[in-house]
Amino acid sequence: MHEWALAEAVVSTILKIAEEEELKTIVEVKIKVGELQQINQEIFEFALSQLQLPILKNAKFSFETVKAKLKCKVCEYQWSFDAENLGEDVSEAIHFIPEIAHTYLKCPKCGSPDFEIPVGRGVWLESIKGAK
Amino acid sequence: MVDPRLNIIDKRLAKVGKIIAVSSGKGGVGKSLIASTLALILSKSGHKVGLLDLDFTSPSTHVILGIEGMYPKEEKGIIPPVAHGLLYMSIIYYAGDAPSPLRGADVSNATIELLAITQWGSLDFLIIDMPPGMGDATLDMIRFIRDINFLVVTTSSKVAFETVRKLLWLLRDLKIPIVGVIENMKMTDSSFIRENVEKHNLSFLGSIKFDNKLEDSIGDVSKLLETEFEKSLERIISQKLKI
Repeated sequence: MHEWALAEAVVSTILKIAEEEELKTIVEVKIKVGELQQINQEIFEFALSQLQLPILKNAKFSFETVKAKLKCKVCEYQWSFDAENLGEDVSEAIHFIPEIAHTYLKCPKCGSPDFEIPVGRGVWLESIKGAK
Repeated sequence: MVDPRLNIIDKRLAKVGKIIAVSSGKGGVGKSLIASTLALILSKSGHKVGLLDLDFTSPSTHVILGIEGMYPKEEKGIIPPVAHGLLYMSIIYYAGDAPSPLRGADVSNATIELLAITQWGSLDFLIIDMPPGMGDATLDMIRFIRDINFLVVTTSSKVAFETVRKLLWLLRDLKIPIVGVIENMKMTDSSFIRENVEKHNLSFLGSIKFDNKLEDSIGDVSKLLETEFEKSLERIISQKLKI
């Protein structure tokens, strides 16, 4: 996912939760991002800072990348996502739409593209702490 | 745990006037041709139009429109390139012409991702070419896009309509706006489709006769705009949709 789009999505979600829970200021936000998203944390934090929301002035962001595991649905072999050995174009395509992994990756054991990604895909706002 | 991507979709589509999903219960009825040509006709009449190919496993609007060698611009998300006057978005920018075998959950995730990152800006119309059936993509569109309208395509075949009928009933039961039904590739004088659509108080927009020269225009927009198929669709749009 694109870092700027993610930053905007995170901010929209924080604002929605702050409104629902009547929070005046946010002090802590925990974000989990799947490795497959290939989010550059520096760019994401820069994008977040550029959105300049008063409610987030004192917020501390923690950002955790969850390693991606892939599991073949045909032979049940499990393996890790290896971004290093992907070409630049493939890496960028997976960054924008992680499901594109099914276009380019195959099970290293049986060669099937029919695999699942039980962990390490998606973006989650794990928790938000704020004050009323 | 909240997926933040879901909260940005409304904002991405906030400046889009009308969203029309061209859909059908059945494959091979001409959805992609109708979606592509509808987008071109609306653009030709002065509207600002986007076309989103949401058929991730079998995208084909790029073939119909002869689109190649384009790539979205990266700017706080991605901005679709302009092709034949349309802002055009498809998975082909990322998958190329390789197969993309996706299961249902992957289709949902890819749909969320694409809707969350695509910056459409101001549009009068966003036309969505839907995959056939009423699986994940249809349910996701209903779930994620608040103001969606469905334009449903069928052929004259009773076999096709049996499945299309189920999509129509589903949309009706969920109170999702149905722009109407187009009967495509008509080869007889049968009024079966019209009667069955109208008896359920749905709008029958019209029929498009089978055009045996249409295949020659695939990949060539100027030829496509000269076909009998295009003229029939344009007539339906101006007379029934009053756009």
